Amino acid sequence: MIEVKDLYKSFEDKEVLKGISTQFENGKCNLIIGQSGAGKTVLMSCVVGLIRPTMGEILYDGRDLVKMRKREWKMLRREVGMLFQASALFDSLTVHENVRFPLDMFSDMTEKERNERAQYCLERVNLGDAGKKYPGEISGGMQKRAAIARAISLNPKYLFCDEPNSGLDPKTSLVIDDLIHSITHEFNMTTIINTHDMNSVMGIGENIVFISEGRKEWQGSMDQIMDATNEKLNSFIFASDLLKSIKERHEAEKLSKMAN
Amino acid sequence: MGKTFQRPERMRMFFKQYIKEMESLGVSSIGIVLLISFFIGAVICIQMKMNVASPWMPSFVTGYTTREIMLLEFSSSIMCLILAGKVGSSIASELGAMRVTQQIDALDIMGVNSASYLILPKIMGLVTIIPALVIFSYATGMIGAWATTLMGVITHDDLIVGFLHDFNQWFVWMGIIKSIFFAFIITSVSSFYGYTVKGGSINVGKASTNAVVSSSMLILFADIFLTKLLS
Repeated sequence: MIEVKDLYKSFEDKEVLKGISTQFENGKCNLIIGQSGAGKTVLMSCVVGLIRPTMGEILYDGRDLVKMRKREWKMLRREVGMLFQASALFDSLTVHENVRFPLDMFSDMTEKERNERAQYCLERVNLGDAGKKYPGEISGGMQKRAAIARAISLNPKYLFCDEPNSGLDPKTSLVIDDLIHSITHEFNMTTIINTHDMNSVMGIGENIVFISEGRKEWQGSMDQIMDATNEKLNSFIFASDLLKSIKERHEAEKLSKMAN
Repeated sequence: MGKTFQRPERMRMFFKQYIKEMESLGVSSIGIVLLISFFIGAVICIQMKMNVASPWMPSFVTGYTTREIMLLEFSSSIMCLILAGKVGSSIASELGAMRVTQQIDALDIMGVNSASYLILPKIMGLVTIIPALVIFSYATGMIGAWATTLMGVITHDDLIVGFLHDFNQWFVWMGIIKSIFFAFIITSVSSFYGYTVKGGSINVGKASTNAVVSSSMLILFADIFLTKLLS
């Protein structure tokens, strides 16, 4: 579990995070949602350790990231996998070499074991036969899957996904969501996903944190979101006509149930 | 800088990168070094014969001055200025593109010292291979000068006597020592500009230009001090 306590982050005189406290649960897909500029990326960057918060605590199963020494921080990094918005696969390496890279750097496995592990990870994301290709030769969806395979190659305890569906068509987005969801449960990871894709929210949001103007406005699951009364959340989630009509239908059903 | 010169996490991976960088920065530059050195060697020889040689001077002066120019300045300083354009822009744009596509962030997240993993092999690679490039440049420049004998610019005997006249071995070493410093300047300055890119592709282009301009300026300044120091 990752716990965030009273997290503040300012850039010069602009306060981006204003005292966020929340928990990201183990074995669940934890989603951070919010409008552009709400502070989602800054929150994730702080939690993953890419930027240092101005104030507050970030506890990885009780270990405070902010107070960690360099050596402890380096050890923690090996328990973290990350899927970047643009996949961030290394252009100069093949897909197989990309997945094997963390193993080459940090594991004491033999070359044969490393190759087998990389192949297993690729097969887990249905890319078993794309290993010899370079990232530039495969589609965006395949690049995301390859990045997921690289992120899980060291069997991480924590998986971070920054807008995993950006630039993908709805069908491929569902494939990526399902993959992240099943991997989270299979490996019992704490997965944190930064997204504003409503299909992800309704499909895999087991724990959703809604951020607005640097503050946590609401937290709950996808089952609770339909009944949420937070105005900011409702105006964000049900902004589209389609979702608005789903919400209205849900409320009508609720009223008819109450009437019966 | 401190992060760059830290001990690599995995020596196996460092050597793999080191060999790769020697190939991509050094071996792939051999062609341009040979081509430019050949033609510049020939042109220097022609210019010396046309503008310096006179009946009042010994006949070997053309070969002698051609050799001295190649050894003292062209094959080390001017060749490194040319390499600052080719290698420097390639390093800055490669690292800059890695920065803007979050590949460097991905390394940092994994716990890899990205500066040491990416930059140190480039510095070591070019510093290792630059003496070979300088020696190739010396040799090809001489061959270029010799080629002018086929055009009848100078006689073969005059050129060879000039090449061998009052040869000072230290000039060869001076060029090699200077080139090692220049290789360090090219790789470290270009890596700095590439590694610290912020923003998008426009800034990658700017970083690439800045890398070439800054490393060229530093090479020129360093050349003055090194020439004074080593002469």
